[in-house]
Amino acid sequence: MNEFQIIRPAALSDAVAAFNDAEEAMYLSGGMTLIPSMKARLAAPQLLIDLSGLPEMQGISDSGLSLRIGAMTRWAEILRSDVVAGAIPELARLVGQIADRHVRNRGTIGGSIANNDPAADCPAAVLGLGATLITDRREIAADDFYLGLFTTALEEDEILVAIDFPKPQAAAYAKHPHPASGYAVAGVMVARMAQGWRVAVTGAGADGAFRLTELEAALQSGPVEAALEKIDVSAIQVLNEPAFPADFRRQLILWLARESLGRLAV
Amino acid sequence: MRDIVLNVNGKTRHARIEERTLLVSLLRDTLGLTGTHVGCDTSQCGACVVSIEGETVKSCSVLAATLPDGTAISTIESLATSDALHPMQQAFSECHALQCGYCTPGLVITAIDIVRKNPEGLTPDLIRKELKGNICRCTGYLNIIQAIMRGAAAMGVPTLAAEGEAQ
Repeated sequence: MNEFQIIRPAALSDAVAAFNDAEEAMYLSGGMTLIPSMKARLAAPQLLIDLSGLPEMQGISDSGLSLRIGAMTRWAEILRSDVVAGAIPELARLVGQIADRHVRNRGTIGGSIANNDPAADCPAAVLGLGATLITDRREIAADDFYLGLFTTALEEDEILVAIDFPKPQAAAYAKHPHPASGYAVAGVMVARMAQGWRVAVTGAGADGAFRLTELEAALQSGPVEAALEKIDVSAIQVLNEPAFPADFRRQLILWLARESLGRLAV
Repeated sequence: MRDIVLNVNGKTRHARIEERTLLVSLLRDTLGLTGTHVGCDTSQCGACVVSIEGETVKSCSVLAATLPDGTAISTIESLATSDALHPMQQAFSECHALQCGYCTPGLVITAIDIVRKNPEGLTPDLIRKELKGNICRCTGYLNIIQAIMRGAAAMGVPTLAAEGEAQ
């Protein structure tokens, strides 16, 4: 790694000011993507701003209608949280499928969401549940947040502070993990919200996570089996790789949607 | 450069390090604890796993300078006494759960933590899931899973063979 400095601000405004004052700064949360990237010299910041000293980025709370998770919360804390298990148990189940135990002990939900790896699991929950992304300066709806591979609506110096997940009436996530990496070849979250159905797909989209609006509409207007029969996925823009060709991925999305809907019915 | 103080294997250790120092480099190069291995350059293999405050982490992916003063680190060197192996190390030896041994420090630290986090009991299936972050290129894992089952029993945690599987 190239040389760099590390600071650990105690206020959000100090963190942002330090970011803007530096030649080339990056925010550090759990470091489970950033540190390997720096080791490979894919990233070479001169200043790392460690966000672990900011109290508003910590903690998990249930407001009744929604679950708020501080952006610096580690995956392992979400997994063993009684609050999460009580509010949105499927979120904990999804988190249990992320990476491996060592990475979950260190990696944070906010770092992962801000990085927006297209094969990550969490975008399916953020988009599938219609979460609100709370930053140091505004609130961003999940539908406006994901702008493409590794790209989000966050401004360069903007800090994701917390994520607010509305509680679903029911939700289920199904994933086809890559056999070597464990990342999602495709992952589908279906959620029955007070306002209607939401279906989100991660891992497969050519532009990152997306909502499967065709299936949402079909579920809105009829029974599950009929909805799955009638939707046409042939136009969905999915990633195309030799091991997982586009047509395979489209079928996989349907198969995973069927699996998650099946789990909802139980 | 910055001065840090950590509690490593029960002893207070001071060090002056560069900000870019990885925890594994601090352990191996500065403190001379070379039992923790570096098996890859991509944070995938798990050979470098140590415990920070009771949680397993890949020490190749943690910047030592970001650890709060006094943070407790446990490495493979903390396990055996001068005349006895830890029960998990003993089980790895008895089950021939290693060949080249390069991944073993990370696996033993991980194995002990799996046992501690699952006091209600272990199955081979659960162990397989929990070993996702530790790669062994020699054994094919079967002997490792047997060793962890045996080590768990020696640590007083019940083990259940999965249906149709020999223990």
